Amino acid sequence: MNKWSRRGFIGAGLAGGTALVVGVAIRPGNPVDRLAKDAALEGEQLINAWVKIGEDNVVTAIAPHTDMGQGALSTLAQMLADEMDADWDKMEVMSAPANGEYVSNEMARHFLTPDLDVGSWLEPTIDGAFINLAGAMDLYLTGGSFSVRSTGQKGMRVAGAAAREMLVGAAAQAWDVPANEVTTEKSRLYHKASGRAADYADFAVAAAEQSLPAKPKLKSVDEFKLMGTPAPRLDIPSKVDGTALFGIDAEIPGQKLSYAAVLAPPVPGAKIATLDDTEARSMRGVSNVLNLGEFAAVVADSYWHAQQAANTLSATYTQTATDNLDQAGMFKNFEVALNDAGEDGGDGLVDVGDVRGAFEASATKVEAEYQVPFLAHAAMEPINCTVWFHDGQAEVWIGTQTPLRCRTAAAEVFDISTNDVTVNLLHMGGGFGRRSDANMVTMAARIAKEIDAPIKMIWSREEDTQKAAYRNATTSRFKAGIDESGKPVSWDNIFLFHNDPADAAFVPYYDIDSQRIRAVNDAELPLPFWAWRSVDHSQHGFFVESFVDEMAHAAGKDPLEFRMSMLDNSPRFAAVLKKAAEMSNWGSAMPANHGRGVALVRSFNTIVAMVADVDMSSGSPTVKKVYCCADAGYVMNPDGFAAQMEGGIIYGLTAALYGEISIKNGAVEQSNFHDYQMLRMYESPEIVVEIINGNPDDIGGGGEPGTPPIAPAVANAVFNATGIRTRKLPLAGQSFSV
Amino acid sequence: MINLSINGKPVSLDVDPDMPILWVVREELQMTGTKFGCGIAFCGACTVHLDGQPVRSCSTPISAAEGLEVTTIEGLPDSDGKLAKVQQAWIDAQVPQCGYCQSGQIMSAAALLRDNPDPTDEDIDAAMSGNICRCGTYPRIRAAIKAAARA
Repeated sequence: MNKWSRRGFIGAGLAGGTALVVGVAIRPGNPVDRLAKDAALEGEQLINAWVKIGEDNVVTAIAPHTDMGQGALSTLAQMLADEMDADWDKMEVMSAPANGEYVSNEMARHFLTPDLDVGSWLEPTIDGAFINLAGAMDLYLTGGSFSVRSTGQKGMRVAGAAAREMLVGAAAQAWDVPANEVTTEKSRLYHKASGRAADYADFAVAAAEQSLPAKPKLKSVDEFKLMGTPAPRLDIPSKVDGTALFGIDAEIPGQKLSYAAVLAPPVPGAKIATLDDTEARSMRGVSNVLNLGEFAAVVADSYWHAQQAANTLSATYTQTATDNLDQAGMFKNFEVALNDAGEDGGDGLVDVGDVRGAFEASATKVEAEYQVPFLAHAAMEPINCTVWFHDGQAEVWIGTQTPLRCRTAAAEVFDISTNDVTVNLLHMGGGFGRRSDANMVTMAARIAKEIDAPIKMIWSREEDTQKAAYRNATTSRFKAGIDESGKPVSWDNIFLFHNDPADAAFVPYYDIDSQRIRAVNDAELPLPFWAWRSVDHSQHGFFVESFVDEMAHAAGKDPLEFRMSMLDNSPRFAAVLKKAAEMSNWGSAMPANHGRGVALVRSFNTIVAMVADVDMSSGSPTVKKVYCCADAGYVMNPDGFAAQMEGGIIYGLTAALYGEISIKNGAVEQSNFHDYQMLRMYESPEIVVEIINGNPDDIGGGGEPGTPPIAPAVANAVFNATGIRTRKLPLAGQSFSV
Repeated sequence: MINLSINGKPVSLDVDPDMPILWVVREELQMTGTKFGCGIAFCGACTVHLDGQPVRSCSTPISAAEGLEVTTIEGLPDSDGKLAKVQQAWIDAQVPQCGYCQSGQIMSAAALLRDNPDPTDEDIDAAMSGNICRCGTYPRIRAAIKAAARA
């Protein structure tokens, strides 16, 4: 064990007597041990990256992240493998186990190998910060497009480089040659002068005896072999033959599962007042019906039997404050809240220059108000969780973005220590933020506690659509002033509900001297909020980039040139926008009823510009082609990153065209894919992605930044084609007759 | 008892005749490659072949398969376990993200390619628009189908 830096630690040792294990733990930006938990609240995370070299010369990267389809686990392995010169064809990757002891002796004992003698090698890393880890429940979380730019950069690469240096040291010692003459390639060590060569596995034991490098040397970009290449994802083969196991596929060896279908009150906050389960109890396969207050559950010998019976339940519910609220009333309440905030109310987020003075003095004034509805995540795999409580221990099977929260949720229901909960991680059939919640574990555990048997709870698609937590509906207002030369001089924005990321509404890269941005948070939100791919960027991208388009129109300028004119001090933004314009042949003639729109959004430290070509011949938008240019600093896997841009675009386009969760009498109106419509193959646009590596020292995320720009690009294209400006989403159902 | 063949093997099942094929293969036969998405035949995640035709197994009772051949994703590779061309094309094009819908996508694509070895974009739209992918892999699915057609 060496101290690597004030905030980082490396440990190494043997697992099972033969497998070398190297671990790295880092507390970014937090020098105080006891603040491990608080650090998470500030948006910081502990990073733990591990690598194991097995007897079979297979290198396994172990990362504190789960994969919901974004491919981050594979990319993290790629980063580690490159620094380590590991053989990609024999590389494996896995999510770290879901327990706080992941960074302690217990973790190694339970996880890496049952007979692991951890001895003292790891002990020094278990200082105050790591002891506190078990309490720091948010630290093992996948979200915020965080994995690669933080865990990968600061953890996986260091672990790989340290492991390589130790292996080289061990080989040099054994071969009695200088370490700098030992080379590495594809999980093998070479001393060319003497013709010696060996597998990494051959020196795994000896490497554990090497002193740890004080600070492993990382490769420079020109030394990368795997980083920056489209290495095939490690998980894909299992996803074409049905062998990948998702949460819903959980089985417990030797145990017969019971299945539960659930019914929750339609209005958030309500409880079940009365439950008529007479018919359900009489139905085939049904063993139990539970009224648990917050929800009811039918337990049966198959999910289908359980759901058939649940469909017959008749319930009444307790009253709530929103029982009489509908969609129009909700937006009216939003109006009132913004009106009440007036000219000076709300929380000041940005206040630069003299916004009011500049606006009053401006030659052209632009004002607009935008709104978007709630959105459901609608991951393809309905919410589910399997729980077995036996002998004072709870086991959970789930696909989740937040394993430690799941552990805590189960512990609370069974009133046991988190040490007595095992969370078995399975694939997620889509996350998009939804699976960073652990309420489904609470529900499944409550059922399991009542029936005293292993239970698999599956929500119907209807429950998944109607009883979830949502991207919030919101309203945003803008005022901008433009001077006689067409230069914007003031930007004034007030919106409802300031969630995350804190700067989602900010436009510091646009050269506007006076900027003021305020948030109002005390309006009532009738459905619970939850992070939805790109979180607040999903609405502010549409608001901001639509309004910039309106400003361009008011200034009599081309929307692209108008944006470029505001980017003199933001060269990376300008380069991305310029590239997208070139890709789309911006300015070229379009057929009749076609339009072209542009948008530029930075989110999760990645700059993305999009141009959308839209056909309005049918009276509603058909998106024909999307040109996307992104600068994420440095992209570790260009093909995987492009896939995230493609997916982010289609996810955002579904929301732009169709996405609307509306409420009536306080309850969600939509229920399944027939009335909560998804983009399908026939309407999926051609997508072209170009990547700019603008700064390898300033890496951005990949999973979310593809989503925010597409809605404004399409809305701006609709305006370009029709002259009709839409200030709300979704676009479907709006009239665009020319 | 319901008698049918699943992936080439005859089976006799003592299950409710109206239980959907989806839940029979998943829970009775522990073949979990076929997925539950919506329960109303709107998403295609549960697509299997019934005597070669793609059907939504969440909405097709097992009684409808009496005497017929059901093929699931597990039955797509040949008897030596070699992946079907369409599966290999999926890997080559790096199609899956979360992967949940892909069994259904692949079953729909396999049926398309068997009936139409050289599908046009319109053919692909028609055959594949019953399958939703929330990760947005449509462009790669289209590319993979075309690559499989050429293979």
